[in-house]
Amino acid sequence: MKRIISVLMENESGALSRVVGLFSQRGYNIDSLTVAPTEDETLSRLTLTTDSDDRKIEQIIKQLHKLIDTIKVVDLTGGSHLERELMLIKIRAVDSEIRTELQRGAEIFGGNIIDVTPTSFVMEMVGNSDKLDAFLETVADIEDVEVVRSGVLGISRGEKFLRV
Amino acid sequence: MELLSGGDIVVRALKDAGIRYLWGYPGGAALHIYDAIFRQEEVHHLLVRHEQAAVHAADGYSRATGEVGTALVTSGPGATNAITGIATAYMDSIPIVVISGQVPSSKIGQDAFQETDMVGVSRPIVKHSFLVTRSEDIAETIARAYYIAKTGRPGPVVVDIPKDITDPSYKVPYIWPKKIALRSYQPSQRGHKGQIKRGVKTLLQAVKPVIYAGGGVIIDNASDLLVDLARQLNFPVTNTLMGLGAFPGSDPQFLGMLGMHGTYEANMAMHEADVIFAVGARFDDRVTNDLDKFCPSAKIIQIDVDPTSISKNIKSDIPIVGTCSSVMAEMISIIKNGKSCVNEEALKDWWLKINTWRHNHGIYTKPRYEPSRGNLIKPQDVIKVLYDVTEGEAYVTSDVGQHQMFAAQYYLFDKPRQWINSGGLGTMGFGLPAAMGVQLAFPEASVACVTGEGSIQMCIQELSTCTQHQLPIKIINLNNAALGMVRQWQDMQYSGRYAQSLYENSLPDFVALTESYGHIGMRVDHIDHLEEKMRECFALKDRVVFLDIRVDPEEHVYPMQIAGGSVRDLWLSKTERS
Repeated sequence: MKRIISVLMENESGALSRVVGLFSQRGYNIDSLTVAPTEDETLSRLTLTTDSDDRKIEQIIKQLHKLIDTIKVVDLTGGSHLERELMLIKIRAVDSEIRTELQRGAEIFGGNIIDVTPTSFVMEMVGNSDKLDAFLETVADIEDVEVVRSGVLGISRGEKFLRV
Repeated sequence: MELLSGGDIVVRALKDAGIRYLWGYPGGAALHIYDAIFRQEEVHHLLVRHEQAAVHAADGYSRATGEVGTALVTSGPGATNAITGIATAYMDSIPIVVISGQVPSSKIGQDAFQETDMVGVSRPIVKHSFLVTRSEDIAETIARAYYIAKTGRPGPVVVDIPKDITDPSYKVPYIWPKKIALRSYQPSQRGHKGQIKRGVKTLLQAVKPVIYAGGGVIIDNASDLLVDLARQLNFPVTNTLMGLGAFPGSDPQFLGMLGMHGTYEANMAMHEADVIFAVGARFDDRVTNDLDKFCPSAKIIQIDVDPTSISKNIKSDIPIVGTCSSVMAEMISIIKNGKSCVNEEALKDWWLKINTWRHNHGIYTKPRYEPSRGNLIKPQDVIKVLYDVTEGEAYVTSDVGQHQMFAAQYYLFDKPRQWINSGGLGTMGFGLPAAMGVQLAFPEASVACVTGEGSIQMCIQELSTCTQHQLPIKIINLNNAALGMVRQWQDMQYSGRYAQSLYENSLPDFVALTESYGHIGMRVDHIDHLEEKMRECFALKDRVVFLDIRVDPEEHVYPMQIAGGSVRDLWLSKTERS
């Protein structure tokens, strides 16, 4: 089952490499990983997604916790939560029929066209990963497509705050 | 406020951390630190012959004393040579701090001379690591390193220090932190009260219980509590390879070691147990054999200070995260103050069964190997003689292989920290430098390094270190002219094809070699001389003695678990199975 794990850790050099190293060292797989400092600059918030069974997830969470720089670890998929991913997509679009169709597609999926040339579009789209996948399927026939995704960001719903 | 250079701060911080000895080897990037060591007299440095040995010696010192061991190496090859030592300490949860010199900050990343990314290279085998970037941070970082190394589940910590920040011309205020508090690191101490109560209840209801105690008991200095608890309960106790000495080896309640080369009675009892009480043990593959067949009817209570050790390989029914000492102390008080007691009738039957196993196939009830004859000395007999001559009181370090298993089986360790071996990583070359660390800590004690002609050659250069620092260790070399354990596997699984496990007359004259370092060498090739030479060896209190004993090359270590089976599926001899 796909899990979204949030990690709050010291914003120290080497902290990220310890997390990445842990996954490769213990044979866990990471599907996506995103990390940046938080509003408190001494802290980093890291979100990673992984596809593993319950037993392995339990080990992953415990192992992440064991890293000295780690302050908190939460499996967001264990409760009610929100997830978002940002995607930027560049598409070759020369003939007007395709250009119109892409504009309509962007509208339906809630994307914005943020750059236009006579032969291409750049679009931004935010949503959960399934939605982004679904949009990519609609442009699967177009040959020249460049995609960059941020990886999943997640936050729990309700009154609990993940902070120090 | 006192102004000191970075190099002086390193040494002052070591002193303030309570460190008296460090093992190491100088080199360019560490020279400012070495100069600072030279200019004071409180922190003593012992020069080794290879950085691997510096770390093993610091490790051996730590295992024997419970204090944090320290090693100092230079950048590049100095640092990478230390890696095997660090990995050894990591696998056995031994608290050490390794300080490595690094190329100057401005050269990091430039492929400078003797540059290695030490923090990167050591990352998977350390509890934590630091790259210090400012002279002002050195003292605080060293204080943190020692705190992290020794608290929680202990382990090695690397402190990598670029040369420029130890420069003698740049001085900063020295501040030793009074207290270390890390918001991201708060190791658990006391176990969950409810879980402890559940654990006690399950223990008291058990009809076929086994206490399975590991290295965690020794690390946490919880042996007395283990003995007390086991006595209260009258439960049989088995120890892992790392746990030997946690419960007295010569005690009738002790079943011997369990696992791959564990005793018949320990492995049988584990397999049939209804309750297994794991204390500071991690269900290593050398214990469990096939996980799916492991102890099918047992309910498992597990104490460990490290949550990742719980339910990692085998699911625990009652996990208790906390130190072995605090949890066992609480259990003892619950039992003493409570009304319930153990099921004595059931235990009586259980002990009857165990004693029958012991009688039929135990290695302590009668010899399970052919006796030594003339030139054919059995390695088991060497360990028995060593035990008798040292009256069971020596510190025994070992290398890795058959000799290690024979020592684990036949030297009955009555006290914790007496048995010092590389259990997790299985590092050949560990024994001699580890023995140096033990001897430094206990100059008056008998320290025996049980080794083989294979392992000893992996760090034999340290005989020179023993000369320089007067460390009169005794080397008991079980010389079978082959990599014994490899050979045993080749006998059992490869139809006796001895691929690269024989020395073919290439071995050195160990007696002459030892003597060239200024020590005493003796050869034993007849059983009638064994005890006499062993006595002579240990009577030479202030000398290193190398006892080169020719043992039967055909001998195998038994019992031995059959791969893919349960814990009780054992070879008991070359022809007999459980």
